[in-house]
Amino acid sequence: MAGILIYSDKTPYALELVTAGQIVAKDLGLPLQAVSINDADQAVELGKRVEVYKIANDDINLADTAAVASALKQTAEQVSANIILLSSNRRGKEVAGRLAQSLQAGCLSDVNSFTINSGKIECSRNALGGATVAVQQIETANQVIAIMPKAFEKAPEGSGSLHELTVEVRPRIKVLEVKPKAGDSVDIEAADILVAVGQGLENQGDLAKVEAIAKALGGEVACSKPIATDKKWLSEERIIGLSGKKCKPSLAIVMGISGQVQFTVGIRDAKTIVAVNNDENADIMRMADYIMVADLEDVLPELIQALS
Amino acid sequence: MNIVVAMKQIPDLQQVRIRNRQPVFEDVPYTLGNIDKNALEAGVALKEALDAKLIVVSAGNEELEDTIKEALAAGADEAYLVIDDSLDNIASDTSATLIAAAIKKIDDVGIILFGEGSGDNYSGQVASRVAEILELPEVGYAKEIELNGQSLRVTRSLEESEELVEVELPTVITVVSEINEARIPAVTQILKAGKKPKEVVSPHELEIAIGSVQVTTLSNLAPETDRKQIVVKSVDELVKALTTEGLIGR
Repeated sequence: MAGILIYSDKTPYALELVTAGQIVAKDLGLPLQAVSINDADQAVELGKRVEVYKIANDDINLADTAAVASALKQTAEQVSANIILLSSNRRGKEVAGRLAQSLQAGCLSDVNSFTINSGKIECSRNALGGATVAVQQIETANQVIAIMPKAFEKAPEGSGSLHELTVEVRPRIKVLEVKPKAGDSVDIEAADILVAVGQGLENQGDLAKVEAIAKALGGEVACSKPIATDKKWLSEERIIGLSGKKCKPSLAIVMGISGQVQFTVGIRDAKTIVAVNNDENADIMRMADYIMVADLEDVLPELIQALS
Repeated sequence: MNIVVAMKQIPDLQQVRIRNRQPVFEDVPYTLGNIDKNALEAGVALKEALDAKLIVVSAGNEELEDTIKEALAAGADEAYLVIDDSLDNIASDTSATLIAAAIKKIDDVGIILFGEGSGDNYSGQVASRVAEILELPEVGYAKEIELNGQSLRVTRSLEESEELVEVELPTVITVVSEINEARIPAVTQILKAGKKPKEVVSPHELEIAIGSVQVTTLSNLAPETDRKQIVVKSVDELVKALTTEGLIGR
């Protein structure tokens, strides 16, 4: 059996996977199919682009990774797919390992891009905590590949079809409550200009100045992880880096961040990077287009004035 | 009840240097992954609440006996280690096969804890693979774990939401770093921890077959950075340069 099957719990990511799947399908000459689980709207959207199988089954809760993996395995068997593309968001990554194990498949997660060479899908993903980019390929017949959100554009509408599919699972997780994460709905990945601050910012009071600068530039405030998780000065939605967002703004002004790889992995695709730091030897200086050695205390008010 | 925390021995990434885009591992000591330490800390809290024993399980090369002392010093009661020279830089599927086989050798395991991803590869596969091999439910990305009789109530942290779920024991759980602040044992504690019980087995003794290679690595290089590296002396100079480039003031 050979074919490609795509699945994501999130419709935008599923539409990105259609694009990725179409590339693989074309290069390898394989059919492309999609599956949606308990999401009728998603099935309709996918059905405008690809052959989609819709599963409606109350026993499957998306929080129940074993159930989702089992449903996907049964789907792959029924539609004769051996290459499964998932989204590498948290749910997708969790399902990826489990599905791969049950299919005796090799698995790569957090895949940023791929090229197809001699029938193999060569995947690029960050390794060594983001210090390097590894190019890897799966050697087994069954393959599970989890692709980073936003690595591909959403597929435009084309032609497709909608079918129903039945699977059987044993539920083992009970969801008691779901609540949205607290308040901050900022999308730093979408921002064209980012003003990012780290532990070099000593006074929480100076955050207002950082916000003023971001506002004057029409950008968003972002931060390194400790500012959100340790100091709790900003929300986790604003974290750049390995455990936060991977951003590609036109301009990133990075202030008071030393530039450990856990951070830089999230900003190294910025078109222009400005680094402001009082340590001229900070790692961030080596990956900046504009380098300014200065104290934030001095730079913040000067920037506000220069931009107003 | 026994609680298992699975931990991975990794090179200390802070000490890995890049030379000609290649990572250099020479003289880089081994350590345990940071999120693994959060999983261990969560295990210590559960062990105290349940009056259980906390067993650290790991697979790796011969350095592992030394590396694991830190986990024993930070609250694990015992270690179950799969050690072999060939177990260096092992793939996720091999790692999962070994960890699952080791866990099967331990009686009355109620909770199996992992970090959400390893410190080096961060592929996040091993916990899910182990759960599948052991046919257990799993709850990933836990930021809070609360005991509720024979079940656990776990708050999982997803990108846009938090989910409170209930799961019966035994179960696999992965934690996010926000769940706790992992303790850092003193050097004297680490030395003393060497005396805690340790069982060391070879993959051969676990009677498992390691499958053929599932994933090959074609290259692993630091990304090329091509930055202008212009030093500016003042805010005015910076603003002028960015304006000239059309990056601001559009």
